[in-house]
Amino acid sequence: MKNVLCAVTGAVALLISAPSLAETALTIATVNNSDMIRMQGLTSEFTAKNPDISVKWVTLEENVLRQRVTTDIATKGGQFDILTIGTYEVPIWAKKGWLVPLDKLGADYDVNDLLPKIRDAVSVDGKLYAAPFYGESSMVMYRTDLFEKAGLKMPESPTWDFVVDAAKKLNDKAGGVYGICLRGKAGWGENMAFLTAMSNSFGARWFDEKWEPQFNSPEWKKTLTTYVDLMKQAGPPGASSNGFNENLALFSAGKCAMWIDATVAASMVTNPKDSKVADKVGFALAPNTGLGKNANWLWAWSLAVPAGSKKVDAAEKFIAWATSKEYAKLVASKEGWAAAPPGTRTSLYQNPDYLKTAPFAKMTLASIDAADPNHPTVKPVPYVGVQYAAIPEFQGLGTAVGQQFSAALSGSTTVDAALAAAQSATEREMKRAGYIK
Amino acid sequence: MARMVTTQRKVISTVAAWLVGFLIFFPILWMVLASFKTELEAFAIPPSFLFFHWTTENYVTVQERSDYFHHALNSIIIAGGSTLIAMLIAIPAAWSMAFSPTKRTKDILLWMLSTKMMPPVGVMVPIYLIYRNFGLLDTRTGLVLILCLGNLPIVVWMLFTYFKEIPKDILEAARMDGATIGRELVYVLTPMAVPGLASTMLLNLILAWNEAFWTLNLSTLEAAPLTVFIASYSSPEGLFWAKLSAASTLAIAPILVLGWFSQRQLVRGLTFGAVK
Repeated sequence: MKNVLCAVTGAVALLISAPSLAETALTIATVNNSDMIRMQGLTSEFTAKNPDISVKWVTLEENVLRQRVTTDIATKGGQFDILTIGTYEVPIWAKKGWLVPLDKLGADYDVNDLLPKIRDAVSVDGKLYAAPFYGESSMVMYRTDLFEKAGLKMPESPTWDFVVDAAKKLNDKAGGVYGICLRGKAGWGENMAFLTAMSNSFGARWFDEKWEPQFNSPEWKKTLTTYVDLMKQAGPPGASSNGFNENLALFSAGKCAMWIDATVAASMVTNPKDSKVADKVGFALAPNTGLGKNANWLWAWSLAVPAGSKKVDAAEKFIAWATSKEYAKLVASKEGWAAAPPGTRTSLYQNPDYLKTAPFAKMTLASIDAADPNHPTVKPVPYVGVQYAAIPEFQGLGTAVGQQFSAALSGSTTVDAALAAAQSATEREMKRAGYIK
Repeated sequence: MARMVTTQRKVISTVAAWLVGFLIFFPILWMVLASFKTELEAFAIPPSFLFFHWTTENYVTVQERSDYFHHALNSIIIAGGSTLIAMLIAIPAAWSMAFSPTKRTKDILLWMLSTKMMPPVGVMVPIYLIYRNFGLLDTRTGLVLILCLGNLPIVVWMLFTYFKEIPKDILEAARMDGATIGRELVYVLTPMAVPGLASTMLLNLILAWNEAFWTLNLSTLEAAPLTVFIASYSSPEGLFWAKLSAASTLAIAPILVLGWFSQRQLVRGLTFGAVK
């Protein structure tokens, strides 16, 4: 009996003391994307090398995560040690002093290997405030077989005129193939990401240098008219509820001749496990109108440390590991080079093994290089960000405007009415926020 | 002849009832089916109904990636705990308002209900700060507390309407026989109000189980219930429909089973008083 008691007491004591042996526990908030899930799976490789650090994951849907993390950082709740945030948040949060500048990533981190455009997007005043985990732009994905059959040849950098013509020619509703699939679902990160990038190529801008909204400009009218007409003539039915996932499903099932969306989609549509058209996909830069800007965006999911964290050293250690060249090699050794997180490091695009397994690599890099968050538009603007304006008000504004444009696409309002409503909503909000009088 | 019409009518109403039932149940059925498909089949156009390659791979992945039982246990504790506490507070409150109303009873009831009209996001930051200062963030206690407070007005209202249906004379008779307030509550009122109590409890349990604003915002890991579990499988970039369906099926399973066993009580409670 006494022995049993001893054993139980011993076991309890062990259980109680076990967590205190394991040191620093990092809580990491992240999104449910395949690259992040892969990183979670490889956590043990990190903890094996750093036995004094343990890692816990909180995975959430993007919008839930944004709300959750914003509340916590604004109130200094201290629930997370590492945050996954996008290029939209980094400049805003860094200026508010919510993020720790990452200056202890280690000597072998090779910060100069980061793609310059991506590095710019996560830096403020030359200081890195987040480390990019994977980066993306947008590009045209098209069906090489359908183009060949129709006798069309996709240029490397197509114009909108070409894309519109090709979409109309390839549209075969009877055969169940639509000329083009584009985002239509309302949201600042949904249809507005695409439409804002598209408007840049038409010479439009959200605000002029004095923060006056510009939806009454002829450039915006041309953008929206082109988009709505194109989708009416050659788009899938019910496009106003299509986002990335819906279009991915359509394209993978062989229902779209062209699709303009995130470059990360390339690895999904060329993966025979998930796509019926894996070997028939070509890539081209997002279209332009000859004004010097293409309709492509720039985004990077990045890891950052909230200000006030007591575990900065351990957090930076993890970030340095997860965004390093070695991490890419680790992924490659487990799942092949095609699975390496794309769009962050120059060395990846110089790696012959990667270039061999990823037919989309060149175009992804070219697309990222073609985006410039500091000079996103033809005419000058007071904001940074390609498919968004990095001001706190943009989330609300983008979604309100996105609803108008989605309504114009579904036909429940006209292009002119949608633009007028977008203009007045934006003016009102910008006055309220004190940008304009 | 008359009999034939009734049979016909019976057949029609039975078919109609089954049809409506099937329509309402269809989204759940579709979710369960999708959870057994591969990701590619889950979004296939045209969709396959039954003839696809059945696989349990999604369930395996979901369990591997996140600890279902940890989340389910949290959900049970949070939903159950908040319901029990809410009932303990609401029964005496509703009893006093139903059987010894004052001039202000109606106002109090309306005031309680009015707290439900404010969108929760409006008080999110103050509540978050209070929780942070009291160390309640990511604790089951914190979630039990907030869900209990959130559902109290509904519980009081429901119980109040059930109690009102009970004739005062019976309670008076008990008092004539010398019953104390406690005995009156336990031995007279409670047995008569069982259907009402049961359906209130069930409804409260379902509301607490489904609550997805506070549970998502006030929990991180330790106290995270099934709503957080589901939110980790939804994604704007990438297809996880089959896995999301598997996670959702797992999340609704406990409450579905509970609802199945208690549906008689639930229906009796909801129509309580209406048949008189």
